[in-house]
Amino acid sequence: MTENNTVAAGDVPQLSPLYLLRWEEPQQAHVMLYPEGVVKLNETAAAILLLCDGQRTAAEIIADLNSRYTSADVSAGVYRFLETSHAKGWIRIKS
Amino acid sequence: MSNSGYVPNLPNKPLWLLAELTYACPLQCAYCSNPLEFAKYKNELSTDDWKRVLREARKMGAAQLGFSGGEPLVRQDLEELIAEARQLGFYTNLITSGLGMDEKRIKAFKDAGLDHIQVSFQAASEELNNLIAGTDAFRHKLEMARLVKKYGYEMVLCFVLHRQSIDQIRDVLELCVRLDADYVELATTQYYGWAYHNREHLLPTREQLQRAEPVAHEFQERLKGKMRIFYVVPDYYEVRPKACMNGWGAVFLTIAPDGTALPCHAARQLPGMELPNVRQHSVEWIWNQSPDFNRFRGFEWMKEPCRSCPEKEKDFGGCRCQAYMLTGDAANADPVCDKSPHHHVITDAIDRAARIAAGKESAAKPILFRNPRNSRALLDVGTTKPEASLPA
Ligand code: SF4
Ligand code: SF4
Repeated sequence: MTENNTVAAGDVPQLSPLYLLRWEEPQQAHVMLYPEGVVKLNETAAAILLLCDGQRTAAEIIADLNSRYTSADVSAGVYRFLETSHAKGWIRIKS
Repeated sequence: MSNSGYVPNLPNKPLWLLAELTYACPLQCAYCSNPLEFAKYKNELSTDDWKRVLREARKMGAAQLGFSGGEPLVRQDLEELIAEARQLGFYTNLITSGLGMDEKRIKAFKDAGLDHIQVSFQAASEELNNLIAGTDAFRHKLEMARLVKKYGYEMVLCFVLHRQSIDQIRDVLELCVRLDADYVELATTQYYGWAYHNREHLLPTREQLQRAEPVAHEFQERLKGKMRIFYVVPDYYEVRPKACMNGWGAVFLTIAPDGTALPCHAARQLPGMELPNVRQHSVEWIWNQSPDFNRFRGFEWMKEPCRSCPEKEKDFGGCRCQAYMLTGDAANADPVCDKSPHHHVITDAIDRAARIAAGKESAAKPILFRNPRNSRALLDVGTTKPEASLPA
């Protein structure tokens, strides 16, 4: 499974239709809702997933996050997170 | 009680509410995790009580809502509760056997704003399915699964795997493919309530798991991107416990049919629980202040080996109910953990399952189907004889 999950710069991740991502006011956090459960996301995870819109490539997502958040390059962390999210079925990936 | 003076240090907020609407159920699954004594709890919450619970839980932060039971379809106010939940902004799931459902109700659920319907199956083949559920239900369920899809729902199917069904995993998955399911949960039996009582009949053997796992992976691989298959190895075959409920009183809130609030659906059996009820208390008090919900919060309550274990923040010492059932003390490590001095109770159960499956030994008790008669008989040993089925 591992090699298949590797995300490349040109891949286009999209939130899986089985998952719903939304802001929850009382939790002051984004949550991912799905038939079997719910996950509360930290700020970084939410920021990445919100950009998984089926339009942007992984490289564009990283560029966007880099411009907004930090001086250090976030790419390694983003790729790792996208791979985990893919393995969990949260996102689909079109290349 | 040691924890009664413990003031919670800003507990999390409830995120996930499980509304067990009723213990009534037309099925009699031997693997049911409802309490054995369910027949005792007759005093179901009213529609208005439930609406208040939904309102209060939502206000505190609950976002995911499961309607379960028993069979939630038995409640005739289900449509009304779904509509209320939807209006409050819950993400709503119906967890059902499909019995008591028809096209009219599915449409009504859709109109009320229900997000998902999960249909549970006993096994893929009609005979086994009917045998295990103790009733003739399979064809109807298939029909319901198709209708669910017709009304624009993702088809979410759940199969409970145990010794009597796990060898059919390929048939189960082929059936899911034929039905064009979107999400399949191959759920492992959780040994609480009736399932615990019937464990000697239900725990799969190691060989069975070794055969089943590659099949699950084969289908996962083959259907990648089309059908999500969720498969987990039963915790008895692991050496680390599951991070039960993400920690006690951390995320999960169950309300039982009679209004009892529980940090997990099996917690009623633990000795020393005060079992706060939403009829007397607000959800907020129960979550933040009640002794039950604070009892195993954090790490203070832990004993060794958990107390000094570097992994305690990962699994919270496992399941309190399993620790209690299998070691006699809810504050012990879940014996699934191989660091637990009680771990042998797990390996003993596995060895015994193998001997029973091989016909070398026979189970101490006949399999007991979950129904009100058997429940009352267990409550009242001596006056009624539990009706045991399945030839040994
Ligand atoms: S597990 Fe079976 S008997 Fe128990 S509530 Fe579910 S459908 Fe009913
Ligand atoms: S000793 Fe306790 S905390 Fe450590 S891994 Fe085992 S169950 Fe988890």
